[in-house]
Amino acid sequence: MSDTVENQGRRDFIVVATNTMLAVGAAAVAYPFINQMNPAADTLALSSIEVDVSGIEEGQAITVKWRGKPVFIRHRTAAEIALADQVSMDDLRDPEGDMDRVEKPEYLVIQGICTHLGCVPLGQKIGEIKGDFNGWFCPCHGSHYDTSGRIRKGPAPTNLEVPPYAFLSDNVIKIG
Amino acid sequence: MSSPEFKNPVVKWIDHRLPVFSFMHHELHEYPTPRNLSYLWNLGSLAGLALVTMIVTGIILAMHYTPHVDHAFESVERIMRDVNHGWLIRYIHMNGASFFFIVVYIHIFRGLYYGSYKAPRELLWILGVLILLLMMATAFMGYVLPWGQMSFWGATVITNLFSAIPLIGDSIVVWLWGGFSVDNPTLSRFFALHYLMPFMIVGVVILHIIALHRFGSNNPLGIDVSGKQDTIPFHPYYTSKDLFGAMVFLTIFASAIFFYPNFLGHPDNYIPANPLQTPAHIVPEWYFLPFYAILRAIPDKLGGVLFMFGAIAVLFILPWLDRSPVRSGRFRPLFKMFFWVLLADCVLLGYLGGKPAEGIYVTLSRLATAYYFIHFLVILPLLSVVEKTRPLPQSISMPVTGAGMSAALAAKRGKADV
Ligand code: HEM
Ligand code: FES
Repeated sequence: MSDTVENQGRRDFIVVATNTMLAVGAAAVAYPFINQMNPAADTLALSSIEVDVSGIEEGQAITVKWRGKPVFIRHRTAAEIALADQVSMDDLRDPEGDMDRVEKPEYLVIQGICTHLGCVPLGQKIGEIKGDFNGWFCPCHGSHYDTSGRIRKGPAPTNLEVPPYAFLSDNVIKIG
Repeated sequence: MSSPEFKNPVVKWIDHRLPVFSFMHHELHEYPTPRNLSYLWNLGSLAGLALVTMIVTGIILAMHYTPHVDHAFESVERIMRDVNHGWLIRYIHMNGASFFFIVVYIHIFRGLYYGSYKAPRELLWILGVLILLLMMATAFMGYVLPWGQMSFWGATVITNLFSAIPLIGDSIVVWLWGGFSVDNPTLSRFFALHYLMPFMIVGVVILHIIALHRFGSNNPLGIDVSGKQDTIPFHPYYTSKDLFGAMVFLTIFASAIFFYPNFLGHPDNYIPANPLQTPAHIVPEWYFLPFYAILRAIPDKLGGVLFMFGAIAVLFILPWLDRSPVRSGRFRPLFKMFFWVLLADCVLLGYLGGKPAEGIYVTLSRLATAYYFIHFLVILPLLSVVEKTRPLPQSISMPVTGAGMSAALAAKRGKADV
């Protein structure tokens, strides 16, 4: 076989081209094998629920299940709303105004999943610990949330999330 | 490799075509092993025994277990109550995981003390750390299968660790779950992986043993074998010693299974999983507690996760952190002291991991975490430079330096060195 410089360049080209196509092919085959683990169509389809909130007394809260996770709906008292509204943004780790977290101030709708590592915070039922800020307390690693579900103390990085929802009528909300 | 002469004609015929018998003879019979190994060298074969026990009992459990959120808990209760000897098989599997970790942790600290990670055994050590990682993943997924409260919340907290990764973290968690929370897709994939991973462990164990047999075992003196007089054949000497160790191990293991089967477990896992209610005090299995303490010691989510994985990562690079040419802690007065401090530190971390993350426990966790990393990243590299080690014996068969070598031994040594 002749090994001229010219030939060498062609061979390098063939090697690089082959390896590139192999890599592209491998990636194309890998994609479906990885993507199969993402939520399936039927799991995605289960993603909205409707809740009637008229039965919740002022000062009480209910927990509903949405996408396998708890959603807290609290009928807040005027005092709780005032408390949440008066907080200075400088005191918040994840600054967000209370009014930006609600559709109607009386009803706080938040995901009951601690933003640290996913436990369900306490404070829904009467008699449960509500933490230093009178909202919720996560027993797993000690995160305290206020009456707007905002993180105030502990390891959680962000506020309890507000799920996408809308009031269909005065009393019925659709989550998801 | 000296080819043994087999008497049995069938064995001879097969061995000529497929030399498995020669291989076994070489690796398990004549395999020359340092003559001075202590009982701490039994832990390797015990780990193998534990792995086989887990695979056998696991496959049996899989014949009766249903990986579905509506049936998993009941199917495990059925194994406990109705399946013939199901309670026994499950208790062996459940406690087997704990005993497997006890054995492997002692095995690792043995290696730490006697410098078994040093040249030429770096890859042997790294494969061992890889086995530890695979075991952790396997045990974590296995614990999810009975679908009790601890299963569910353990799975939730641990998978959520990945959400600490910037930008793509949340998508990774959804991908791991196959949904928006730990649910049926999560359970079925964990079952498939829990079945697979022990066999991956078997693969790595084989590599671990190939690497071991390349240079042979380290020994309590940490010096190289210098000739035939330093070794004895593996069989019958160490086969019988390993067998005796296995008897002792099985006696303790059986006592746990029959008398205290739930001692190491957590009662909350006998409550079916409830996605709407987290138990008041969630803790992982005891063998994860030191790592859990490190996770919680760091007040930042991403930081906690990084330090937790970092605790294992330092083990991977250990052969390059400790540069001292002397292997065994016996001849390293300062290293020896720090070794015991490290062991105490790890036990303390384990204790703290089981306590609530508040008050004094948090402060102590931070100190203990800091010490763990300082040991590996500062103390060991420093000791390699400043420590004055004690003189090493000339050979394994002559452990007392300067003492008169017997004439016969000296003659043998002379021969071996030729
Ligand atoms: C490295 C080896 C293994 C380890 C460390 C391990 C660990 C565990 C652990 C900690 C549990 C939870 C026990 C409980 O609390 O109920 C478990 C359950 C289970 N494992 Fe394994 N396992 C191993 C190998 C296997 C293998 C090879 C299989 C075969 C399929 C298997 C099948 C199962 C099944 C079906 C369960 C659920 C039943 C139950 O919870 O008792 N395991 N495993
Ligand atoms: S999960 Fe809530 S504080 Fe860690």
